[in-house]
Amino acid sequence: MHRFANPTRFLKIAGYVQPWMAAVTLALFATGLYMAFFTAPPDYQQGESVRIMYVHVPAAWMGMFCYAAMAIASAVALIWKHPLADVAAKATAPVGAAFTFLALATGSLWGKPMWGTWWVWDARLTSMLILLFLYIGYMALQGAFDDRARGAKASAVLALVGAVNLPIIKFSVDWWNTLHQPASVIKMDGPSIHPDMLWPLLIMAVGFKTYYMWVLLVRIRQEITANKVRILRLKQVHGG
Amino acid sequence: MAKFMELVKRDLALAFRQGMDSLMVVAFFIIAVVLFPFGVGPEVNTLAKIAGGTIWVAALLSSMLSLERLFQTDYDDGSLELLALAPIPLEVTVLAKVVAHWLTTGLPLIITAPLLAVLMQLPMDGFGTLILALALGTPTLSLIGAVGAALILGSRRGGVLLSLLVLPLYIPILIFGVSAVDAAIFDEAVRPHMLFLGALFVGALALTPWAAAAGLRQALE
Amino acid sequence: MTKPSSNQFWGEDLTCVRGERIVFQSLNFELTPGGALILIGPNGSGKSSLLRMMAGLLQPAGGKMLWAEEAGEPEDASQDMDLHGGRLHYVGHHDAVKPVLTAAENIGFWARIRGGGEDTIHESLDVFDIKHLYDVPGRFMSAGQKRRVNLARIIAAPAPLWLLDEPTTALDKATIKRLEDAIQRHRDGGGMVVLSTHSDVDTPGSKTLNLADFASKAPLDEHVMV
Repeated sequence: MHRFANPTRFLKIAGYVQPWMAAVTLALFATGLYMAFFTAPPDYQQGESVRIMYVHVPAAWMGMFCYAAMAIASAVALIWKHPLADVAAKATAPVGAAFTFLALATGSLWGKPMWGTWWVWDARLTSMLILLFLYIGYMALQGAFDDRARGAKASAVLALVGAVNLPIIKFSVDWWNTLHQPASVIKMDGPSIHPDMLWPLLIMAVGFKTYYMWVLLVRIRQEITANKVRILRLKQVHGG
Repeated sequence: MAKFMELVKRDLALAFRQGMDSLMVVAFFIIAVVLFPFGVGPEVNTLAKIAGGTIWVAALLSSMLSLERLFQTDYDDGSLELLALAPIPLEVTVLAKVVAHWLTTGLPLIITAPLLAVLMQLPMDGFGTLILALALGTPTLSLIGAVGAALILGSRRGGVLLSLLVLPLYIPILIFGVSAVDAAIFDEAVRPHMLFLGALFVGALALTPWAAAAGLRQALE
Repeated sequence: MTKPSSNQFWGEDLTCVRGERIVFQSLNFELTPGGALILIGPNGSGKSSLLRMMAGLLQPAGGKMLWAEEAGEPEDASQDMDLHGGRLHYVGHHDAVKPVLTAAENIGFWARIRGGGEDTIHESLDVFDIKHLYDVPGRFMSAGQKRRVNLARIIAAPAPLWLLDEPTTALDKATIKRLEDAIQRHRDGGGMVVLSTHSDVDTPGSKTLNLADFASKAPLDEHVMV
């Protein structure tokens, strides 16, 4: 009976893993940022502003990764009714939304020197913007019910619907973009990227991943504690 | 099939006797489009350029307006429980309600669209395509909207929440719908855009009743 | 009435969780042909939840419900909701009477999607003495009249199992008597009835299930529901 799954074991393991995750994340960020700022070469066209890429690109990746993680956790929650999956999906949403927002903000900062404007309806940025809307919808739905279980189930269905739709949205935005004279899109994932640029990018990407794991653990533990408090309150009311 | 028609007939009867729903949707559609000339100026070329997009965006919003009630009244008066308990798969019930919703909102929108196209100075070449694209796209709007309408049942803020859930999912339909009209005006191939609209419709037809039924089941628990 | 059926319906070790609270657990019930089960218990003890669970609207958090036809193997009733839904009539707190449809249209719709015909509408109206409401739209009806229309609905298309949640709400004495008679006829034909009630409904030979006996005793500290 998953509904009564005992989170004590999870809490124990999470307690061990969490400081390690924090340490790895900080180390990776320190190395990645140092390389991004000092060892990576400036771009021959874009100059120093290309260094935004080391935050922008991993953030964009994480925005999509978190949505996928959320959809998978939602599927697990719906099919196997595993309670930790519900909590994991719930905990992932704001993190993913924050990454997506970071990608949009850095994209906008990057766009100013590149295009001379803060916002360009570039296919990539537009897709990220819609992804942010999907996150906002998910979080809004989750919080819209008095009964937490209902919010969790409804938003899990929405996450799956969104996951099916994302490739379609991505495709249609690309299509739309090619119809309206494509903006000079920055090529950042071409195969010919220089190793001096690739290494800091990858280190930052892994750093973002471990950061996500770290925050996820913190948020899940927090959620479980909040649940305990709520159940104590319920016991007060119902004398259970 | 007889039971399916029974469900559609009931929803149509309710819509017609409850009165103004369809008319209000059409009225909103017209007013929303008419706002644009005030916003961008009545210059013929400007209007012609944005006509297709404006009409599509307004159609999207009008179709969404009436979605909130798709399951809400049945949910409030207990009918939804009985529909779920009827010996008909809930997915089929959802589909019947979507058909009724489209007949009472999508279809009137399509009929009104040519009038608005005239007001918006849409070039004559685009008329046929606009209607055809709307005919292919509006059922998909109703299908996707049904999922949103099922998920918000019993929530604290229905209407605004629904638009937040559904509008991002409408974007592909908007893109292909408008690009079809534009292609017709600029004498380019309309077919690929229409095929995508058709594909979206078929995909939505296959998947959304299932998702909406899942949403309804958890709403009834 | 249709030929006497001999279905059986029972539940084993049922647990109900609502809003992170165990409402009842280790609950067993059994219904045999012609049987009636009266649910009693204080507010919040889970009478409505149990009825919704029996209907398949609410999934049990634990345990299972089984249904057996005359000689067939018992099957899990919560597996196929459409099939199970066809075997039962559920009367909940809401009357599902549409304000713009007449009594006949309201009842007729529910009968037709269950394969019933027009001829049963008159008969069902007669059972609850509301023939005069035949072409009266729901918006003109009082609460008691709506309830009677809702009850007439379950007469119009037969189903072996009746699940009635507080069916006597808003009914006068004479109508409660009519309901008792209808339940008796249903049981005489082999039908089964489960009903929850605060007032007395006369159902001879019925069993009583006190939900308070199955309230959760185990503290939740050990196994916190996430």
